[in-house]
Amino acid sequence: MQIYLPIAEISVNAFLLLGLGGMVGILSGMFGVGGGFLMTPLLFFIGIPPAVAVATEANQIVASSFSGVLAHFKRKTVDLKMGLVLLIGGLIGAYLGIQLFNYLRSLGQVDLLVKLSYVVFLGIIGSLMFVESLNAIRRSKKTGSAIVRKKHTWLHNLPLKVKFRTSGLYISVIPPFLIGVFVGVLAAIMGVGGGFVMVPAMIYLIGMPTKVVIGTSLFQIIFVTAFTTMMHATTNYTVDIVLAVLLLVGGVIGAQIGTRIGVKMKAEQLRILLAILVLAVCGKLALDLLLQPSELYSLGAGGGH
Amino acid sequence: MLRFFALLMLIAFPLNAGEEIVADLSQNRVGISATFDGSHILVFGAVSRDAPAPDSGPMQVVVSVSGPREAVTIRRKDKRAGIIWVNSASALIDEAPSFYSVATTVPLGQALSEAEDAKHKVSIPRAINSIGTQIATGQAAEFTDALIRIRSGNGLYQVHEGAVEFMSETLFRTEIDLPSNLTAGEYTARILITRDQQVVDVFKTKLDIHKVGIERWLYNLAHENAIYYGLMSLIIAIVAGWMASAVFSYFRA
Repeated sequence: MQIYLPIAEISVNAFLLLGLGGMVGILSGMFGVGGGFLMTPLLFFIGIPPAVAVATEANQIVASSFSGVLAHFKRKTVDLKMGLVLLIGGLIGAYLGIQLFNYLRSLGQVDLLVKLSYVVFLGIIGSLMFVESLNAIRRSKKTGSAIVRKKHTWLHNLPLKVKFRTSGLYISVIPPFLIGVFVGVLAAIMGVGGGFVMVPAMIYLIGMPTKVVIGTSLFQIIFVTAFTTMMHATTNYTVDIVLAVLLLVGGVIGAQIGTRIGVKMKAEQLRILLAILVLAVCGKLALDLLLQPSELYSLGAGGGH
Repeated sequence: MLRFFALLMLIAFPLNAGEEIVADLSQNRVGISATFDGSHILVFGAVSRDAPAPDSGPMQVVVSVSGPREAVTIRRKDKRAGIIWVNSASALIDEAPSFYSVATTVPLGQALSEAEDAKHKVSIPRAINSIGTQIATGQAAEFTDALIRIRSGNGLYQVHEGAVEFMSETLFRTEIDLPSNLTAGEYTARILITRDQQVVDVFKTKLDIHKVGIERWLYNLAHENAIYYGLMSLIIAIVAGWMASAVFSYFRA
């Protein structure tokens, strides 16, 4: 069934969008990532204009994250205090990110910025996670015991220490704040929630327990993507509500299924699967930048607009 | 029925010097609704003449439908630092139709001389106004060629030589396909009749393509009340997320 998108101004198959939303939703529920890093490139591939894809995806992530966070609130696996620190950073980062996005758009380099960001961040994080989870699986096979993480790093010597009860941590607010800023910038320029950066950063840099990481990151993502949606809707008019509804109907259902699959799987297995996924998307986008495109030219709106 | 109407027109206004076009479209308004999947319009007409057909070459018909004209930026990727493909050179074309379709009875070059094409801006390259084109580097022609190539690939620029049929000596018709990726706006349909590659008469009519129903409402809201539109999008997202969660807990309980 073809449906005409009022803002994107193209006609697409409604079932294709529902299916894409559902698939990405399952992954987002399983890994606690917004799924934007998969959905945004997929939307480019089916011909949605990049500006519309980035803005609409932010709106869709609000829905899937909200759906996901409710399940985590019930299980009390959200660290609200930590979430708030991440959120304040996130809003500042998103504001800065939108300024950068609009500046590069005026130069015609937004595509490059978005793709390079994907390749760099997905590449680094995918490889780190892949190696780490392989080691973890190997270790657990040898000894049958979980890894014991270092309890003290230089991060624990920073000022402004606060007690985070839910996470069982007494650390400075500076690292989570900076992580929040960084994720906010990514959210604005890449059309992602930023979970794929935040989740590993919370585990490896802050040392939060894995069970509260996903709920807390979803909590932060809701507000940062809601802010990004409003910014795009009021400055660029690029949020396509029809596209968003189709994606989120599939997405929220998928996320519920995914959350339940995620609970049943071992953390190491989850992480290695996510790592493979991240590396696959990274590889595809890297090829786009490195191979000669079949069409060297591209069209954009005229300078007068 | 419509063709009958055209004939009536022909009988009603027969006495004009030379040859004149009497024509119409099957519809003057096309609505883009939520299920819009492209459309087509029928262009038909007749030639009225006050004297027997001249002895010069056979009459040819050229039909063009043009979308609203707007500025377009064209960018070219080049290899930078030896490995990476980056947008570098760019050109700004002042006015290019968002949609352009031209249908003719014979190949365009036979129906119309170069000079007449330049005057009436009928062929695609002529329809694109590249006079004020600003080019950072490189050649203007490369960029306009790229614009035509990309839009032709998307079905937005079409050339259908031989697609205009004569139903009788003076009656003609053709069908113009409107693709699903159409942008709304004021379209213009033009019909030209030519003899010996010279334009004998031109007929113009408007074609209004606009969004209807919920498509129109959403588009207007998004542009005129962006804050409400943004809030509405967020509320829909949150309600959908909450409902999905509630429905799943209900089934699990």
